[in-house]
Amino acid sequence: MTLIKRHRLPTRLWHWVNALAVILLIMTGLQIFNAHPMLHWGKAGNYGDPSLLLIGSADAGNGRLQGITQVLGHQFDTTGVLGVSAPGQTAIAFPAWATLPGPRNLALARQIHFFTAWIFVAGLIAFLALSLANRHLRELTPARAELAPRHIWHDIVQHARLRFPRGEDAARYHILQKLAYLGVILLLLLMIYTGLCMSPGMNAAAPWMPALVGGRQSARTLHFLAMTGIVAFILVHLAMVLLSGPFNQMRGMITGRFRLPQ
Amino acid sequence: MTVPTSRRALLGLGAATLVAGCDRLATAPATVDLLGHTEKLTKAAQRLLIGRTALAAEFDRADISRNFRANGSINVDDIDYQADAARGFPDWRLEVTGLVKTPLSLSLADLRALPQRAQITRHDCVEGWSAIAEWQGPQLGALLARAGLLPNARYAVFHCADNLGGGLSEGDRYYESIDLIDAFHPQTILAHRMNGAPLGIPHGAPLRLRVERQLGYKQAKYILRIDLVDSFAALAGGKGGFWEDRGYEWYAGI
Repeated sequence: MTLIKRHRLPTRLWHWVNALAVILLIMTGLQIFNAHPMLHWGKAGNYGDPSLLLIGSADAGNGRLQGITQVLGHQFDTTGVLGVSAPGQTAIAFPAWATLPGPRNLALARQIHFFTAWIFVAGLIAFLALSLANRHLRELTPARAELAPRHIWHDIVQHARLRFPRGEDAARYHILQKLAYLGVILLLLLMIYTGLCMSPGMNAAAPWMPALVGGRQSARTLHFLAMTGIVAFILVHLAMVLLSGPFNQMRGMITGRFRLPQ
Repeated sequence: MTVPTSRRALLGLGAATLVAGCDRLATAPATVDLLGHTEKLTKAAQRLLIGRTALAAEFDRADISRNFRANGSINVDDIDYQADAARGFPDWRLEVTGLVKTPLSLSLADLRALPQRAQITRHDCVEGWSAIAEWQGPQLGALLARAGLLPNARYAVFHCADNLGGGLSEGDRYYESIDLIDAFHPQTILAHRMNGAPLGIPHGAPLRLRVERQLGYKQAKYILRIDLVDSFAALAGGKGGFWEDRGYEWYAGI
């Protein structure tokens, strides 16, 4: 069995630091969201104003609570998951298992969120700079021919049939991978941008930043939507790792050594 | 302890242990210390980017929010306050004390007679909502210049009439503080008018602070006294504010 060198040290280091940071940011972010479980569009938004998303609760009679989620005016019963968490029948938007800290604690969630944000931003900048220098970003950039719909469709079919590249072909990135990785990097950059848009201090430094995306509450909504995009990426990414040889993939991202599947 | 039997229950127990572990780690003294340093880094970075005088965004009349939720205390549980409020606050005084050359004691009429600044700004609550309103009042900087600061004055502390903590101890009373950069910022005003009318009781009548480059909890309401100090050590929890004593950042620019 021959092992090839697959992932460079900066890529591996950033991957794990970033993975941990993103998970902490999502879990503390959901806790922060719980303090105002609504999403608005525009410069300002408050209780009583129109909302794109609202997670709340209502009395369902006989002393029980009903979890309610409203998306673009459509109402769903989400008791047990959103609005009302199962065991203690607690009225809370995202359940304690999805948030950090588990119990309601906006102050601590914010502190961990901003601490982690510094690590996340520093890591992303270092990764992008090194990836530009060591040509990793170039490996991720699609060639013109790869962007042809026929080529993309072919890659989708291959993925759907769980036919993954073999031999030397497994040592490079294919179009769906390139689009997914570049896409998630763009989402991570959007997280930084929209995050800064919510800071009143940064608003004074750069009022054009929230204005460019429609206002502070729009930025908050985009911050949330980009988060859901990142969660979707993580789920698909983990599924692909599991389906394409988890041991080999994990070794590749930890030690850098990768066995070319035959 | 009951033994979990199903796979689901076991997974639940595992997850609960993990989450409990995370929570213990998050509240450990070393973590709290580390997170405190983050606040200093954020403040230093923002001050570097913003500078002393950059203004918070100001909006048009058309942007003013229809409903501006009053948060925190929405009244003062004091019979004298209620009586004074009912008559338009003729007996209310603002005291400026501490590290100043000339302590001041001003009535609402005195504050109205000072040069005024009006600004339509966005109030950003730490919870995540925001609302836009017009505020009017004298600039804090002008008032402090009149009192004359002593060289060792570093912070302005706002002592308020409301008792948000609900208890009887000093730490239950609302208070806030800002440094002199924000105190002398042109948009930092003592607002006695909101949206063209006298400030309402839920919003902190007769006088509240507007420090526009920070979050809502810095905008102290029902202000009775502004005390100039060189440290927070002698105040309630020692962190410089009611919410700061409860874990929130003193620098609320983020």
